[in-house]
Amino acid sequence: MNAGPAHIEVRDLTMAYGDHVVQSGVSFSVKAGDVFVIMGGNGCGKTTLMRALIGLQRPSAGTVRYEGEDFWAVAREDRERMKRRLGIMFQGGALWSSLTLAENVALPLAEYTDLPPARIAEVVSFKLALVGLAGFEEFYPSELSGGMKKRAGLARAMALDPDTLIIDEPSSGLDPLTARRLDDLILALRDSLGATIVVISHDLASILAIGSDSIFLDADTHTMIPTGNPREALLHGDPKVRHFLTRGGA
Amino acid sequence: MTSVAAPPAGREAGGKFEIRGRAEDLLVVLSGRWCLGRNLPSRGALEEGLGAATRRIAFDASGLEAWDSGLLAFLTGVLKTCAARGIGVDQAGLPEGVRRLLAMSFAVPEQKLAGRGEERGGFFVRVGKASLELIRGAPAMLGFLGEITLSFVRLFGGRARFRMSDLWLEVEQVGPRALPIVSVISFLVGLILAYLGADQLKQVGAQIFIADLVAIGMVREVGALMTGIIIAGRTGAAFAAQLGTMQVNEEIDAFRTLGISPIDFLVLPRLLALMLMVPLLTLYSGFVGMAAGLLVSTTIFDISLFEYYNETLRALELKHFWVGLSKGSVYGAMVAFAGCLRGMQCGRSAEAVGEAATSAVVTGILLITIAASVMTIVYYQLDI
Repeated sequence: MNAGPAHIEVRDLTMAYGDHVVQSGVSFSVKAGDVFVIMGGNGCGKTTLMRALIGLQRPSAGTVRYEGEDFWAVAREDRERMKRRLGIMFQGGALWSSLTLAENVALPLAEYTDLPPARIAEVVSFKLALVGLAGFEEFYPSELSGGMKKRAGLARAMALDPDTLIIDEPSSGLDPLTARRLDDLILALRDSLGATIVVISHDLASILAIGSDSIFLDADTHTMIPTGNPREALLHGDPKVRHFLTRGGA
Repeated sequence: MTSVAAPPAGREAGGKFEIRGRAEDLLVVLSGRWCLGRNLPSRGALEEGLGAATRRIAFDASGLEAWDSGLLAFLTGVLKTCAARGIGVDQAGLPEGVRRLLAMSFAVPEQKLAGRGEERGGFFVRVGKASLELIRGAPAMLGFLGEITLSFVRLFGGRARFRMSDLWLEVEQVGPRALPIVSVISFLVGLILAYLGADQLKQVGAQIFIADLVAIGMVREVGALMTGIIIAGRTGAAFAAQLGTMQVNEEIDAFRTLGISPIDFLVLPRLLALMLMVPLLTLYSGFVGMAAGLLVSTTIFDISLFEYYNETLRALELKHFWVGLSKGSVYGAMVAFAGCLRGMQCGRSAEAVGEAATSAVVTGILLITIAASVMTIVYYQLDI
């Protein structure tokens, strides 16, 4: 574990739908520059936790702090300001279907910066090239495959050079080479731009390749297990986590 | 030596570059804070500094204080220009992170895709294209009509595969659940007809004929027309959106791969439900319209309840009901055809579902209007 300051601090978070508690007592810290993995099986509450981290669903209890600032306690305008420092990549890309890829990536830049259109176009081209979609600027999402939509979603998430990238299932539905390329890109963004990255995933290869710290959400007990570095957890972790990381083999 | 700084503006001081060296071998010295929110020089300024004799450029980033996508986007453009002009680029002087991200951005070659961003053309070009699309769409429409016909043949032969529960669900959706809106619209249309008639008929002292106007008008024409238009907006759009979403989710493909006709399973119940329920709604609409006429006549125009009732009975013949019911059936079939056709033709995006719903309503109302005109003329010629 590094001794650096926590970039994201989650304490005693409980997420519930009415009386149904999805997860309770979730606490973890993400250090600046980490690739933090939230892992767990289907229906364990990974995406619900992500929604609490990005402001889409207020948790039933607990706190989420970014750089010490309580995300859910601050005024709405402050929360909106904090959200602009987050880049979110949704599972299916969540691209706006009526806009081209270039327009999808350009929209946050046009809304929140005063960059001239020519500069925005340059940045958009670079971001799309970074995810391997150079030349697809004028395509609409409906004309792309699932993997391409996902990569375009990452380009949009990176548009404003956010401090924190939150990525939901980056490699599901991608071929192994594209998934590997996306993993490399995530690490390059962390190393080059200093971004802190939170990845929600159940893809074992990806978890082991990029994760530097992690938690495991247990769908049976509705609680979390702190797992540290996934590669360490694979060898010496909690039996339940090792069972998961070895696809039921341990 | 050329030195270019960002033009001073409202933003904070940003990055700048300086070109050093001889014409064929240049060194680009980057300094300052190359971040997006700051003033940054344009790529054009650097490109102007590259002479015809330039063969190689290198970078010195020792004075670089901070960088983000602002620098990366700038350098990407410079690298593309150098590649186009055959100028070699030595990236060794750039920060390691910059080199890594630039390498990733050039790892997949840019796709040169024909036909993208083509111009829309002038007014006549667009009208021409739209006309051609309409003509090209005609065989698909006829094909769909043929598939429905075959589906009906299978239905009467007892071989159509659909679930009766789906049919009853559709019947409930398009019939009983449409009663409130049909009631309100029919009542108001009946009221309008009564006022319209009263205004004209009082000039010849024949206000009692309001009953004839409202009864025949509502039962023969207006009840069916209003019901058809309501159903086109309410149910036709819903059919297109439901089937369109199923198209997006590949549910229709799944039916086909199982050898189940989506026309039998999805279109037939919807078509039958509308053909059964729209005539009944038309009949209901006629009675609600007559009730509105009765209310207006007895409360505003001093016609007694008994007089109005008798005049209505005298005016209405059975043939008027048959005409209204036949029109209702045809309008129902038209709305179902338009809704299902547009839903089955839907593209594979959320936007396409919206377009399918809009197109279903427009096509439905157009078909209803054409059918209403043709049937009115035919019934007149046949003296029905």
